[in-house]
Amino acid sequence: MPELDHRDVWVYVEHRGDEVHPVSWELLGVARRLADELGEEAAAVVLGHGARHLAERAFACGADRAYLVDDPVLEPYRAGAHAQVLARLVERHRPGIVLLGATGVGRELAGLVATAVGTGLTADVTELAVDRGRRLLEATRPTFGGKQLATIVCERHRPQMATVRPGVFPAPEPEPGRQGTVIPAEAGVVDPDLVAEVLEVLPADGRVDLERARVVVAGGRGLGEAGNVALLRELAEVLGGVVAGSRPAVEAGWIPREAQVGQTGKVVRPRLYVAVGISGAVQHLVGMQDAEVVVAINRDPDAPIFQVADYGIVGDLRQVVPALTEELRLRLRSLASRGATGGEPVRTGSR
Amino acid sequence: MPAIVNPDDLHALEEALRWRERLGGRVTVLTMGPPQAEAALRRALSLGADRAVLLTDRAFAGADTYATTLVLARALRRLEREQGAPFDLVWCGRQALDGDTGQVGPGLAARLGVPLLAYVARVRRLDPAARRIEVERVLDRRREVLRARLPALVTVERTLNAVRYAALPDLLAALEQPIVAWGAAELGLAPDEVGLRGSPTRVVRSGAAPLRRRQTRLIPGAAADPRQAAAQLADLLLAAGVLDGGGEGGG
Repeated sequence: MPELDHRDVWVYVEHRGDEVHPVSWELLGVARRLADELGEEAAAVVLGHGARHLAERAFACGADRAYLVDDPVLEPYRAGAHAQVLARLVERHRPGIVLLGATGVGRELAGLVATAVGTGLTADVTELAVDRGRRLLEATRPTFGGKQLATIVCERHRPQMATVRPGVFPAPEPEPGRQGTVIPAEAGVVDPDLVAEVLEVLPADGRVDLERARVVVAGGRGLGEAGNVALLRELAEVLGGVVAGSRPAVEAGWIPREAQVGQTGKVVRPRLYVAVGISGAVQHLVGMQDAEVVVAINRDPDAPIFQVADYGIVGDLRQVVPALTEELRLRLRSLASRGATGGEPVRTGSR
Repeated sequence: MPAIVNPDDLHALEEALRWRERLGGRVTVLTMGPPQAEAALRRALSLGADRAVLLTDRAFAGADTYATTLVLARALRRLEREQGAPFDLVWCGRQALDGDTGQVGPGLAARLGVPLLAYVARVRRLDPAARRIEVERVLDRRREVLRARLPALVTVERTLNAVRYAALPDLLAALEQPIVAWGAAELGLAPDEVGLRGSPTRVVRSGAAPLRRRQTRLIPGAAADPRQAAAQLADLLLAAGVLDGGGEGGG
């Protein structure tokens, strides 16, 4: 049995230049909680070139320490280079737990590093807890197409690694001025034969990230045809939101796969979620149930979506959605003009 | 050019077949699973794969990514020895056969000691003579052009290509083709290195996903007057303060 004296909870800080993926802060919040329960420390891992200031932000979000590797070999991000450096840090400093976001970057990196250091990895986690007596991380993830949750442990190997879905944990409120220790480390030799070079980065397409959207308008099987997606788009536009869909709408080709909400898609927690023609299979509900306010529009009064909705309209989406778009447009327009003239706050219609 | 095929995602195989048609070479498909997984291999043969290897053994059951990639890596090494030549590329679907963790590709690349090209949406160039591959991949919201040395491991996106269909004669011919089956012993692996026993991770609990129910306010009358119902809902949303520009901080 290997020695299990590894300790501390690490978070890989995913960044591009100064832009840090929000999941990294969410994970530092979780790492803080887990470390406190274990009586250990929370640490951020910052790999890059000229990224030292990110360590300060990590301290404000709960890190006690930041392992900082500052080397040109780490910019731009290349999976092979980051994996070699992260694996070396892990072997040298022996953390008990290593968390990464379940993003494209986090997934490829975690898979490379876990195998390289010879440990287990739980992917796409939505809940994290510790068994204090056994000092074990309990990572829970959806399984069997999302109908079930499985709790997974890694008993005899260290570190315990997990990738965690963006948006399932709240970002911690930063404490400016909170102090921590920067631990500089060397990148060491990076074997170029294991690294795919980045020849070109094609610009992001400017769409709002579904996981960060404040308003999500989602369609399901009840859309009936591709043409009705336009109704969702108009509503989303008025609300400053983005269009998404349930799995059947994606399978039908009406909604792109990257905009799928649910257990096999993305987890969202917007302020407003409008579910149109979505019956509400469990797999979908777990992807949106943490929205602040949920509206359901469906022809079937018995659709399960109504059980998790705050407001519901039973009706034909082809009539209800355009009417709602129009009514919201009127109200938001008058709101904007009153705001411009410094009028009193608007309160309408709640009687 | 071996390919690891999984039944619901044949795009990796399709891409391997297309490049074989242009450049020559050989496509071998591998899968780890119960004896029934042979069906997936037959389908791959009917589509044009040259050779199929089924990695099956009771001891393989319950394998996590770590134990799965060990078996796959050993099988690839054995194939290389038998063929007397190393592979150029390993093509993987993004998601694994026996789960949906999407971690088999990266784990296998680490075991094989080859560069990983993940989430590939287009293969721009493949040059076996110059030992080079150039691809476009989707990384979160951006696209990157990557270049790596061969051998390399590629995981593909479904948008990469459209999968071909097999003609009936090919389907029938595939039923006659031999499929090699290897277990732990053929790969020189001990029973405690594979399957559940060789897996660092273990499921300790599972259960139905919990749901958060809400008090629903149903707005009636949409069938008769959708406009009126929509107006009422718009008022409620405005009052709830969830609309941008409206009532942030409880207005």
